[in-house]
Amino acid sequence: MIWNERMECMAPEELKEYQSERLKRAVDYIYHNSPLYKKKLDAGGVDPALIKRIDDIGKLPFTIKEDLRDAYPFGLFSQPLDNIAEIHVSSGTTGNPTVVGYTKEDVKLWSEVMARALCCAGAKPGDMVQNAYGYGLFTGGLGVHYGALEMRLTIIPSSSGQTKRQLKLMNDFKPRILTCTPSYCLYMAEEARELGLDPRKSSWEIGIFGAEPWSESMRKEIESTWNLLATDIYGLSEIIGPGVAQECKHKKGLHIWWDVFYPEVINPKTGKHVKEGEPGELVVTTLTKLGMPLLRYRTRDIVSINYGVCKCGRTSPRISKVAGRTDDMIIVRGINVFPSQIEHVLLGIEGTKPHYQLVVDRKSGKLDELEILVEVEQKIFSDEVKQLRILEEKIAREIESVLGVSSKVKLVEPKTLERSEGKAKRVVDKRVV
Amino acid sequence: MKLTQISVFLENKQGRLYEVCALLGKNKINIRALTIAESEEFGILRIVVDKPDAAMRVLKKNGFVANLTDIVAVEVNDHPGGLAGILKVLCANNVNVEYMYGFVEHSSDNALLVFRFEDINKAIKVLSKYKIGIVGKKDLVNL
Repeated sequence: MIWNERMECMAPEELKEYQSERLKRAVDYIYHNSPLYKKKLDAGGVDPALIKRIDDIGKLPFTIKEDLRDAYPFGLFSQPLDNIAEIHVSSGTTGNPTVVGYTKEDVKLWSEVMARALCCAGAKPGDMVQNAYGYGLFTGGLGVHYGALEMRLTIIPSSSGQTKRQLKLMNDFKPRILTCTPSYCLYMAEEARELGLDPRKSSWEIGIFGAEPWSESMRKEIESTWNLLATDIYGLSEIIGPGVAQECKHKKGLHIWWDVFYPEVINPKTGKHVKEGEPGELVVTTLTKLGMPLLRYRTRDIVSINYGVCKCGRTSPRISKVAGRTDDMIIVRGINVFPSQIEHVLLGIEGTKPHYQLVVDRKSGKLDELEILVEVEQKIFSDEVKQLRILEEKIAREIESVLGVSSKVKLVEPKTLERSEGKAKRVVDKRVV
Repeated sequence: MKLTQISVFLENKQGRLYEVCALLGKNKINIRALTIAESEEFGILRIVVDKPDAAMRVLKKNGFVANLTDIVAVEVNDHPGGLAGILKVLCANNVNVEYMYGFVEHSSDNALLVFRFEDINKAIKVLSKYKIGIVGKKDLVNL
């Protein structure tokens, strides 16, 4: 089933008219409602009247993560606060988190694109969905919830964690669809076996997995472990949250809803478009959002794009699974972690900036593990083991309170962490991606 | 009187202890007492040497993290109850021991005990009052 057949299957030439009209309106709207964007467009010498067609999009300046951070908390909202219906927050590169605001119309748009995503994965009205994405400031839980509500699924809003209860609900209620992070899905399999449940006999037939990078081999593992169809969902809170793009049953790339989220793929160094099929940074323009519309937002996610029409009948282009990042952000258990945040914490604790390295690992059937290696410096060294243990625990505690993710801190000897060309290597990702 | 102990941070990796000892040996620094405190992943090597300043210099030059701690070394008769006798005095006078280690001397009938006290000045006063033999710098070289 295709949720919005008219928009999802429209001939690209016809859709282009919509995109052009919407872009024109969006630029005009943003120029007149966002003082920050007005300044940005004026400074770039961009007259909104010059944007007439979707192909003019290249004339617009990029928006980057730092623009959001600098505008903390509400500077990029294009509507007064009393028109903002909902606010979500995700962790940012330094102290300030990234704040996004939705008007009631934006929430409706979110419901629409998430309904498209659920349908795209194979959900039908009447299905039951177990939504094990976290509910709260994180967009995952509520995003899926709105889409499921829109398409009249029965929702189990189980949120993340409490694995035994998740499994009991699955066993007793028999939901057909599971939504969670891929690593949590595998983690649940371990727990299921311990409880004497056979994962292959679970009621879940379709999994919608996202919020962290995962590989084809992980897909195979999930599909064989749980005997379900594992599909990939893409999204980011800056654009709307989950529901920006979604795989159909053919699993040949993620359909991006380009009538509302216009994609470009660029060379991150030159800012120029790459050829179809070549990897580059995904850039997205929100064509119809009101609360916090963004022009040419650089996602820092590396993908390639395929404009060919899919066997499923949808005409939207498909982006590849995210193959990496242009920055050093890592996603641990669905949470964005920037090395600079760790740096901040270390600086705050000892007044020094020791060398450090983040090691992320994911053992089979386990959740992501974050280990933080910190080189011991004269200033923090003690002749007592107790003091060094206290220091390790203090760092771990502080990091957990800032990032919301637990970690294991390990002190190492000076100059033992890898440096390449004098530049510290901050992240070692051992997960198979 | 106070002596100086050198503490060196060591990762729990093969060959690290050897490297420190070889480095000191090459620089003609003699280790008089040694202990290792360890956790799962790291250890702290604590040593008393004849030339602490020179030892610190070579360790730092070679990239080790090391610091100096004031300790007290006490000589005690090497017979059953020797250590207990000293601890009894310390205990009765409320002197807290952070950690300690000991070894047997080969040139005499005494054992050498190295103490790291919470309050080193108080400890020295108590030990002196009870006429417990504290090892001085010179003694250390001749042990």
